[in-house]
Amino acid sequence: MSACRYDCIVVGGGHNGLTCAAYLARAGRSVLVLEAQEAVGGAARTREFAPGFRVSACAHLLHLMPGWLSRELDLPRHGLRMAAERMPTFALSAAAGVLRIDPRTHGAPAGLSGVDARAYPRYAARMNRLAAALSALLEAVPPRLGTGAWRDRLTLLRLGARLRFIGRRDLREALRIGGMCVQDLLDEHFESPLLKGALAFDAVLGTNYGPRSPGTVFTLLYRMAAGTASAHAVAQPAGGLGALCEALAAAARSAGATIRTGVPVASIVLRDDRAAGVRLETGEEFEAGCIISNADPATTFLDLLGAEHLDTGFVRRVAHLRTRGMTAKLHLALERPPRFAGLEDASPGRIVLAPSPESIECAFNHAKYGEFSTLPALEVLVPSAADPTLAPHGKHVLSAVVQYAPYRLAAGWTEHRHQFLDAILALLEAHAPGLRDSVCAAELLTPQDIETQFRIRGGHWHHAELALDQFFMVRPVPGAAQYRAPVHGLYLCGAGCHPGGGVMGVAGRNAAREVLREAA
Amino acid sequence: MSEAAPVPKRSNGRDRPEAIVVGAGHNGLVAACYLARAGLRVLVLERNAYVGGAAVSRRLFRGFTYSNCSYVCSLLRTEIIRALDLPSYGLQIIPYEGGCTLMRDGGHLALYDNHDALRREIGRHSRRDAEAYDRFMRDMLRHCRFIKPLLLRAPPDPTTLRPRDLRELLYLGRHFSGLGEERMYDTLRFWTMSCADLLDEYFESEIVKAHLAGSSIIGTALGPRSPGTAYVLLHHYMGSIDGTVGAWGFARGGMGAITQALASALRANGGEIRTEASVDRILTRNGRATGVVLSGGEELHAKIVVSNLDVRRTFLESMDAADLPQEFLAQVRRFKIRGSSGKLNIALDGLPRFPAIPPGAPCIRGDMHVTDTIDMLERAYDDWKEGRWSRRPYIDMLIPTQIDPTMAPPGKHYMSVFVQYCPYHLAEGPWTEERRARFGQTVIDSIAQHSPGFRDLILHAEIRTPWEIEKEVGLTEGNIFQGELTFDQLLFNRPIPGYAQYRSPIRGLYMCGSSTHPGGGVMGAPGANSAAAILRDLRR
Amino acid sequence: MLTETEPHYRQPLLRTRFHERMRAYSQVDSFIPWSGYSTVDVFTSVEQEYFAIRNSASLYDLTPMVKYRVAGPQATRYLDRLLTRSVAKLSPGKVAYAIWCDDRGQLIDDGTVFRIAESEYRLCTAERQLDWLLDSSIGFDVEITEVTADIAALALQGPCSCSVLRAMGLQGVEVLAPFEFKHFVFGAGTAALVSRTGFTGDLGYELWVDPSEAERLWDGLMDAGRVRTIRPVGSRALNIARLEAGFLMPNVDFVSSAHTLRNGTARSALEFGLGWLVDFGKGHFTGRRALLEESRRKPLRRLAGLDVAGTKPAHNALLYSDRAGRRQIGSVTSAAWSPTCKRNLALAMLDAPHFDMGRQVWAEIYVNRELVWQRRMVPARVVERPFFAPARRRATPAGDF
Repeated sequence: MSACRYDCIVVGGGHNGLTCAAYLARAGRSVLVLEAQEAVGGAARTREFAPGFRVSACAHLLHLMPGWLSRELDLPRHGLRMAAERMPTFALSAAAGVLRIDPRTHGAPAGLSGVDARAYPRYAARMNRLAAALSALLEAVPPRLGTGAWRDRLTLLRLGARLRFIGRRDLREALRIGGMCVQDLLDEHFESPLLKGALAFDAVLGTNYGPRSPGTVFTLLYRMAAGTASAHAVAQPAGGLGALCEALAAAARSAGATIRTGVPVASIVLRDDRAAGVRLETGEEFEAGCIISNADPATTFLDLLGAEHLDTGFVRRVAHLRTRGMTAKLHLALERPPRFAGLEDASPGRIVLAPSPESIECAFNHAKYGEFSTLPALEVLVPSAADPTLAPHGKHVLSAVVQYAPYRLAAGWTEHRHQFLDAILALLEAHAPGLRDSVCAAELLTPQDIETQFRIRGGHWHHAELALDQFFMVRPVPGAAQYRAPVHGLYLCGAGCHPGGGVMGVAGRNAAREVLREAA
Repeated sequence: MSEAAPVPKRSNGRDRPEAIVVGAGHNGLVAACYLARAGLRVLVLERNAYVGGAAVSRRLFRGFTYSNCSYVCSLLRTEIIRALDLPSYGLQIIPYEGGCTLMRDGGHLALYDNHDALRREIGRHSRRDAEAYDRFMRDMLRHCRFIKPLLLRAPPDPTTLRPRDLRELLYLGRHFSGLGEERMYDTLRFWTMSCADLLDEYFESEIVKAHLAGSSIIGTALGPRSPGTAYVLLHHYMGSIDGTVGAWGFARGGMGAITQALASALRANGGEIRTEASVDRILTRNGRATGVVLSGGEELHAKIVVSNLDVRRTFLESMDAADLPQEFLAQVRRFKIRGSSGKLNIALDGLPRFPAIPPGAPCIRGDMHVTDTIDMLERAYDDWKEGRWSRRPYIDMLIPTQIDPTMAPPGKHYMSVFVQYCPYHLAEGPWTEERRARFGQTVIDSIAQHSPGFRDLILHAEIRTPWEIEKEVGLTEGNIFQGELTFDQLLFNRPIPGYAQYRSPIRGLYMCGSSTHPGGGVMGAPGANSAAAILRDLRR
Repeated sequence: MLTETEPHYRQPLLRTRFHERMRAYSQVDSFIPWSGYSTVDVFTSVEQEYFAIRNSASLYDLTPMVKYRVAGPQATRYLDRLLTRSVAKLSPGKVAYAIWCDDRGQLIDDGTVFRIAESEYRLCTAERQLDWLLDSSIGFDVEITEVTADIAALALQGPCSCSVLRAMGLQGVEVLAPFEFKHFVFGAGTAALVSRTGFTGDLGYELWVDPSEAERLWDGLMDAGRVRTIRPVGSRALNIARLEAGFLMPNVDFVSSAHTLRNGTARSALEFGLGWLVDFGKGHFTGRRALLEESRRKPLRRLAGLDVAGTKPAHNALLYSDRAGRRQIGSVTSAAWSPTCKRNLALAMLDAPHFDMGRQVWAEIYVNRELVWQRRMVPARVVERPFFAPARRRATPAGDF
């Protein structure tokens, strides 16, 4: 038994778990990562979904991971390479043509004219300034309130000062728009439905909200803030996002961490009210000084740990955590490159099919009542265009994020997934004539599929809805917002923690820091 | 020019008002009362032939008195009633005994004043919810206790370093941290939540949730699933904060009784009210307010002008754009005032029958709602978003004549029917007589589903879409709150960031309407706060 | 007229199966609400009723006490997570007094738990809390149902209570030890569950029957007790007895943390001196971590028993460390003149270190002399609880009085 003792065990080898393991191992801890699947990566894995066709399983773009994280862990040395960087966004609409939005530039998108073209630079500049101010918040460990601890006060003061020094006008604007709905914000600045659609899409991507839901300016700023620190802007790693996780795993291993795959953890073992180890589904046990869970909070607390070891009030909060996903993922294996009307070739870029905020809102309407969107909004990527290794020679892979697909379809997913697939394919066909005929295999992941395949309760990309009432000091729930569970020795490091999901890695890094701080 | 104009009799200026209040709505009257009490000569100008704004009792059909806009006296601040001694000026408030929601399947949920009756009633739908209701009300009360002291304070500007703002921010911070750690988190979450998510944390029964969610959408262009609606819910609960039952109820004689009492209090304090005096423009000189011009061309001068109009009407329609900073104007233009509510005032030949309500249950004397589920409310909102009135609207109806027979001829009844949602901008084109009639029919049909023979009782129905409300009362888009109650328009953001303390870019020009903190409802707090700001500036 | 005829919106309070019988005994028509039922505050006079409790036999309608049935394979684990004391150690046929806390270790309520069978319990509480009980059941295979209306209950308390039961034909009831219960059959086959429990700190029993047997039980007890002058008692007389016994009364001595609105008004289990009910060794229960942390600190305040000078009950009195009343150190939560001990008793929440045994504090008491109110500063001493604890309450077999 003593041979199996580690300083730290990380449950789950998603990108946050691996990041956390790498940081811990580099600090000299003996670390064991236990991953249920046959390969590491979790929802950021690259999988073969049809013979010869590989695709990033959930997330398919790298645009939120801070550059410093990649540098600190030396990821390029561990094999991380980008197939495409600074990828532009193409907003497509049958009525209004194409807009090309380049990340990180304040220049008006190509294809935009008139008032909007003049308004865009000012809008973009201000939003980027606000996002930059917010990025400090994303990287911080949320403080606790009312404890009087100097560390918490200092964090609050620092963040307060940071906000304060963005200047009075920006601060006023930040305080005003922070809780607004993205549609109202965009209506204040722009007229072009296509531009507004593309920008609104970013705000609602991966959420249970529509452009008219208050709080969506916040989700937009969140995404932009996380993006400001990214080294490559919007990028596609060579080999898919799985390659990133491989690099993280390599970084962890080279620092001395042990990674085991294909070993699902059944439970977290307590001794004297302290997390002291884990038990695998096979019954095998490992001991450790502390356990860090990359699983979502609901799974960690209710399944792995068990409500029995927690207080009722805390369990009540966990049970009320909004964890239901609303986003589906589509993978298509294509015989030939897709040709989107208005785009030259299958250029390496992100294609957004959301012709207007109203169309997104309309798609959202269905989802509120347990129906899938008949005209969904899509983020489409042809990863094989930049990275031919993902598909057999001459063939292509299409990867699309689909809004909205409710976790619980009133009519039942098993019976109706084909109708949904049909609706998406019809939409794609309308923008890329001939695409439908070239499909040789398709995989549609509904939130329920994401739940079962990646062991994320509710199938939400962010593990828990990313909204103001589940953010920062109250994420995932009060009492566990500092990566620390109420049980000694148990930590969280997944997307359910601050700052949330998306392939960012900050939660993993912050959790590692908290573990090290405790032990120090 | 006005100096040269002939001035009547006592021309030594003692007659000239020191403050002019534009609009005799409840907030204008409250502000005027406070100013008059402090010794200022106050003149209130009202466009209509009657005072009250949207808190009025009007005789629009033979022998019937309609509270034809606002219909429930729930929020009027205790401090104001006390300071202005309104009961002495005739204000009588009769508390509710209950309320209910009627369901499509013939069922109902009632809310009773008595705790045990209420528990057993909710227990008919879910025993668990009956007990969760106590937890819900405790938490709502906690939130009320947090917000209550903020209602009668001007919100601090968090972007300045002025001592007063810093002091107020410090107060706010201390008030917040006084909640204790756990409740600070709860408060943070509460303020940003949707009503549907909030209720899901307490209840399992659809009808219980739907009944409570009604308050979260009244007057707003949001659905129960929109984040921020939990706060709107609280906004409607604030009336019962200090536990005085009188806070939730009917005003005898209709809502006009409140503004009539205020007008009497004002006159008793030496204030003056001129009706049918429509203000055309607010005059300024060198960045200072100097008075107003009436639509007839008459100029009235005063060094203080207080506008009870909503912020858009004040600055966009009653002032020269050249007098105002461009950026301020741009912010006024984007201030969101969305028409989302309609109203029917119905004269009835007798008391309608609601078979769902058990005989003798007092809930018929309270607010009766028509809805089934949160989804139904949300779908009603979806209709609004698409520029239609809700096909299945949320209805909040009352028959005040059961309690106050003065409002209708003997044996007859007046029914106030508030309808959510009804858009200002119709997708099918502008409001017409025919469309308004169809809207009214939708509402009447909804009620008739729960009340057989209802149609036959109707003697007269006044159908009010946001368009009529705007035209008659002067509320932009007919928005009952003079501006959406969303995060971006609350506290220090209301109405305009940097101008949340009742002052405007023009010296001597103040705002006192519901566009300002803490917002709408017949609360009076904006009026009182505005007067406090004016008196502070005057060092009175 | 056994149940209510009027709907809840006309008559919000329910009536117990004993209502008609009690009404017949009520001379002063003094009814008060308790947990949604109408119960008797006073039947005849508080003094007469009180002496029945202490010196003969008394009947008190317990039906409104909220009762939950907790059953299922994990019922024991569930209750061990809910309650602060160990339920696993409780064998079938036993009852225990128990408390439960929220996450912060603050008292939610107290009550009794009956282990009816290996995996079936009955939890009796002062207030309804299905919401909390169900949320506590997340992750447990257990079923919780409120059974308040399915069981009629009477408390038979007083030195003669055992004799009354034997007179009614309950063979062998005298060997029932405190906190034990057993099924008995009496009369023409009426089944009753009898527990040796009570809220008076005296010899006494609680009898639980099917509602249809309620009146038979009442009549049987009244008949059997006639020679010993049994009498029904109301809440007020019981309240004096429970104070003598040193028991806490919800909403009087403590406000459930589920109801507190203000920060800092909820009190922890340890502050009520209920540490003896907290078993830190049994595994996790709600509030354990908070209580453990608190137990390592010096207590800030504690509930204490006071022996107050004079005869005027110190109702709601503020307490001071000095006669001049300069420093307030606590306040009285319950107070009464004890006719048995001939002492002026009070329960009070006192700041550290004033709750130490033997400490003297000063109580500010307002005395009404024909509407001429006077303020008195009266010395009071911290004394042991219970204030009254006769040997007969524990003696097994129970005494025959």
